[in-house]
Amino acid sequence: MKTIISVLVENKAGVLARTAGLFGRRGFNIASLTVGETDDPTVSRMTIVAYGDDREIEQIEKQLNKQIDVIKVKSLDTEATRRELMLVKVNAGAQARGEIIDVANIMKAKIVDLSPATLTLEMTDRPERLTLLLNMLAPYGIAEIARTGMVALQKGAGGISER
Amino acid sequence: MITGAQAMVKCLEAQGISVVFGYPGATIAPFYDALSQSGVRHILTRGEQAAGHAASGYARITGKAAVCVVTSGPGSTNLFTALATAYADSIPLVAITGQVTSELLGHDVFQEVDTTGAVEPFTKYTYLVKDVNDIPRVFQEAFHIASTGRKGPVLIDMPMDVQKQLIEYAQPAPVNIRSYKPRGKGHPMQLKRVAQAIAGAKRPLLCAGGGVFCANAQDAVRRFVEQCNLPVVSTMMGIGVLPTAHPLYYGMIGQSGLREANRAIEESDLLILIGARVADRAIASPRRLEGATSIIHIDIDASEIGKNVDSTIPLVGDAAEIMQQLIACAPQGEWDKWLQWLRAQRDAVQPYPDQTEYVEPRRFIKLLSQKMEEDAIYLADVGENQIWSARAHEVRGGRFMTTGGMGTMGYSVPAAIGAKLAAPQRQVVAVCGDGSFQMQLTELATANQHGVAVKVIIMRNGSLGMVREIQAHSYGNRRFAVSLDGSPDFGGIAAAYGLPFWRVHTMGEASEALDAFLGSEGSAILECMVSPEEESI
Repeated sequence: MKTIISVLVENKAGVLARTAGLFGRRGFNIASLTVGETDDPTVSRMTIVAYGDDREIEQIEKQLNKQIDVIKVKSLDTEATRRELMLVKVNAGAQARGEIIDVANIMKAKIVDLSPATLTLEMTDRPERLTLLLNMLAPYGIAEIARTGMVALQKGAGGISER
Repeated sequence: MITGAQAMVKCLEAQGISVVFGYPGATIAPFYDALSQSGVRHILTRGEQAAGHAASGYARITGKAAVCVVTSGPGSTNLFTALATAYADSIPLVAITGQVTSELLGHDVFQEVDTTGAVEPFTKYTYLVKDVNDIPRVFQEAFHIASTGRKGPVLIDMPMDVQKQLIEYAQPAPVNIRSYKPRGKGHPMQLKRVAQAIAGAKRPLLCAGGGVFCANAQDAVRRFVEQCNLPVVSTMMGIGVLPTAHPLYYGMIGQSGLREANRAIEESDLLILIGARVADRAIASPRRLEGATSIIHIDIDASEIGKNVDSTIPLVGDAAEIMQQLIACAPQGEWDKWLQWLRAQRDAVQPYPDQTEYVEPRRFIKLLSQKMEEDAIYLADVGENQIWSARAHEVRGGRFMTTGGMGTMGYSVPAAIGAKLAAPQRQVVAVCGDGSFQMQLTELATANQHGVAVKVIIMRNGSLGMVREIQAHSYGNRRFAVSLDGSPDFGGIAAAYGLPFWRVHTMGEASEALDAFLGSEGSAILECMVSPEEESI
């Protein structure tokens, strides 16, 4: 089972290494981990996508909570607003270019770079939509990809800080 | 203005620290220079690991965080084993390590190692101090973190230049870490459920772990179980929660535990775990237990609950506070038959085997514990000797201490030195094997230098007995790398350190030798000749 865990941490040196190290050490499986500053510059927010059964997810939450620098841990439900950003460079000679631009338009991806042999697309959407774009581009030959990993926020007025 | 090093010393004094254990070196020299001008006593051990273990022994007796200090690079790496040992057993330490000058950090210069990076998995928290003005706050936080919640080692890495910089020293504001607020009292709703479960149980059993000592909850546990007549077993780390002869105590559980104690767990219908992790050596198949009995799991560390065993009623909080709360609930139940059954199990225990050619280790340890002073401190090392000690030592009013979590050979003598410094009026005895003794015999010099009287007993069987047992039982009895041939005459070692020495060949000699050994002035060594074929159980 895939779970999105939001974590507020102290924004200081060593916290990312300490938190990431925890996953390796305890044998927890994660798909992605992203981190960025919040509106409070002393606080960073991590979004961790983890795999595990209920028992494992509970352990992950508890082990995160146990970290001295972790302020708040919350698992988000599947209804959360989820987004990921991807840059993908696809092989696109003059002939293929038109078709790829069609795909980009349908998928609401942006063309952000162009060369005689390639196109670079930018897309921000749910992770599964990014994967769909990759599937559509695969026949042309994908040169390289960079994905940020998922960020997510709970839907509605509620947030991570409320009890 | 004072230097960072002077501020470090002031911080230790502000925490009431009067003794530190350490080993100096270049990058910690500024601190040592400041320390020399203070009233804080420095105990020079003969290796950094021993400084950590000695601090551990000291902390376990005082109940407060103890301090060890080493230099950077190899000084710090030598300390790691002691940190991991303290972490596994939740012992509060503040470790101070020298570090290379901050601007050289990351350049792989002389005696540089990434200490905070390396120790992260087995410390509760670490600091790398880059601003001299942070020293008062960091030290105060370090002691707070080490000695509250689930206790453990905290490390402060101190670059040499920061120790030399000047600071306008001021008392720091009270500790306020927004993300760290350990829970004290148990949740009232959960407590109510616990009280109801106890009242409704037919075969309840309380299993005490080392966490009871960490919380200094021995007295509270005793009052609670006596109040509701609740039978008790313990893990190895929980030995001594009740005196061994207490009518409600049924012994140590686990792989090396007593059969009747393990049977009690299996037969119980309500198991109250308090300050116990349910690690593999204590309970081999926790999953099976989950189905067979209701489990109340009391721990200060929420992540321990559900880690190794699922519980029917989880209860997070401080063991002493929760015991007080439960005493106030005063649950009453009926389990006379259960107590009768438990007593019958205990009474059916076979006496220790006879052994005429060598010392029978269990009989010897039992005799030793009877001859030790009422409130004596017993340090058990690791190996077969640890199992003999754990099974046969009889606690009356004293302490039994060992490394249950990490199983670190070479712990007992330095930890005994620390314990003795914490309680100079109490008798302190370290029991080790001939393998573990040779990992720590250099610490006899520490005891001599600082006038610390520790009694050391060596159970000598000429081999690494526990490994030999594993080879015998699981590897076709192919004995390899376990012979301790080449070991010295320990009488000669004792003489070299100027210590009195006794050698006991058989049980017939034991009583008289023990009287002389325990009655002697200062430190002393007693060697027991144990059969090379003797097994731990």
